[in-house]
Amino acid sequence: MKAFTYDRADSVVRAAAVSARPGAKVIAGGTNLLDLMKLQVETPTQLVDINRLPLDKIEDTAEGGLRIGATVRNSDLAADHRVRERYGVLSRALVAGASAQLRNKATTGGNLLQRTRCSYFYDVTKPCNKRNPGSGCSALGGFNRMHAVLGAGDQCIAANPSDMAVALRALDANVETVNAEGMVRVIPIAEFHRLPGKTPEIDTTLKAGEIITAVTLPPPPPGVQIYRKVRDRASYAFALVSVAAIVERSAGGIRSARLAFGGLAPKPWRVPQAEEALAGASVDARTFDAVATAVLEGARGYGSNDFKIPLTRRTLHAVLTQAAQT
Amino acid sequence: MDENRHTRFLYTRRAVLETATATAALCTGLPQVALGADTVDAETAPTPVTVELQVNGRRHVLKLDPRTTLLDALREHLALTGSKKGCDHGQCGACTVLLDGRRINSCLTLAVMHDGQQITTIEGLANGETLHPVQAAFLAHDGFQCGYCTAGQICSAVGMLNESRTGTPSYVTENLAVAQPELTNAEIRERMSGNICRCAAYPNIVAAIRQASGGPS
Repeated sequence: MKAFTYDRADSVVRAAAVSARPGAKVIAGGTNLLDLMKLQVETPTQLVDINRLPLDKIEDTAEGGLRIGATVRNSDLAADHRVRERYGVLSRALVAGASAQLRNKATTGGNLLQRTRCSYFYDVTKPCNKRNPGSGCSALGGFNRMHAVLGAGDQCIAANPSDMAVALRALDANVETVNAEGMVRVIPIAEFHRLPGKTPEIDTTLKAGEIITAVTLPPPPPGVQIYRKVRDRASYAFALVSVAAIVERSAGGIRSARLAFGGLAPKPWRVPQAEEALAGASVDARTFDAVATAVLEGARGYGSNDFKIPLTRRTLHAVLTQAAQT
Repeated sequence: MDENRHTRFLYTRRAVLETATATAALCTGLPQVALGADTVDAETAPTPVTVELQVNGRRHVLKLDPRTTLLDALREHLALTGSKKGCDHGQCGACTVLLDGRRINSCLTLAVMHDGQQITTIEGLANGETLHPVQAAFLAHDGFQCGYCTAGQICSAVGMLNESRTGTPSYVTENLAVAQPELTNAEIRERMSGNICRCAAYPNIVAAIRQASGGPS
């Protein structure tokens, strides 16, 4: 690990100010950042610890939703009775991620800011445009089994590893931030993570010196909530494909649906046309096929990850069938 | 570099002298490399920071390089080598300790972040000569082979049983609305998936935890 100075923040605004300095990084749970620092993928010269700031509460909002502080631990969020009762898809996504030890440490804000688990991003001896802009993408012609089939480009095909963010995308969450001047900004989750384009080193739309203070959830939408994760082993593995679904049924079929996907893209993936194809549709294989086709519009494999395209189709069938039967 | 290493060695020695649980092997003065400390780049070694840790009910004040993980502080500076360094990347669970009663990977956190907090390691679980029920259950069910993962398994199980009692759901919990899901074997396996046993003593580990949970073994 490269040397750094350590500071414990005594206010959010001061933490934001320090984090704007070149080489400075905010640390909360640290489960991803310290891992990357040990490998010298991340080499901050200054760490700002925000663990003792009062950002660890889950509060009801006036609109009937929830406001989740940035340092609320993943395990506490999954166990919160309001989340379990009203936002089951979020609770399920959280406990599908990592291990219990990591969830006891990992935070809401940190989960959103975790980096890709692309093995070339982690290997400092290999070219990687995300880690070292302009050096090339080793995954394009390499081992890319875990990589994106949607939203990627010729600069980077890394996938976003979060389960939590997929559920937040289905729930239309908002990310609240503050900067060194105390200015508050609200970023819709759909706009928080970005596609690589020509700048794959930038994962999110968070600006320098801007700190996540909370994630807010609107009142829960009607319908059954499902999180289904397909992975290489039964527990403690990143998603090959995951689906966060909120499906409202009607007498003859489906009234409305929201579908967000993990493991497929550089950000949690949602396709409005696919959801529109489900609204008012009957529950049958033909409908599900049409929806899957809309979700996978523009999908392409890079060799080892070609299987993700048919796997997504089958997983979506399973999720919609489950939703129809629940 | 030499001076830095000397300083660290002194702290280790002092910690050994102060620590009642120090083992005979440590008193022989194992070289630091044998204990697997992280490599420190002497040219850029930053100013040490003072950290107060409450470990197994005892207060320790340490001067540490800010880079020192909680695991290295426990092993290298307090001579509490029960917590093991397996992968050092939060993947194996061998370093699991309890932080304010909650299980965490001590390799993926900095000691300086835990100033003033309570840490319980495998050395702190027994009450004198009386083993913690989870320790006793691991013996009764032969919940190990080589033993390298065992300290992490036991600390993790202690944390897990507490999580289960307080109603934390898991990936295999069928009904999220149930306040305290039944601790089935499937629940135990899922909740313990952060602890890898390369000897694959899993069936006996599950049986041990089942006994310690008060369920039928």
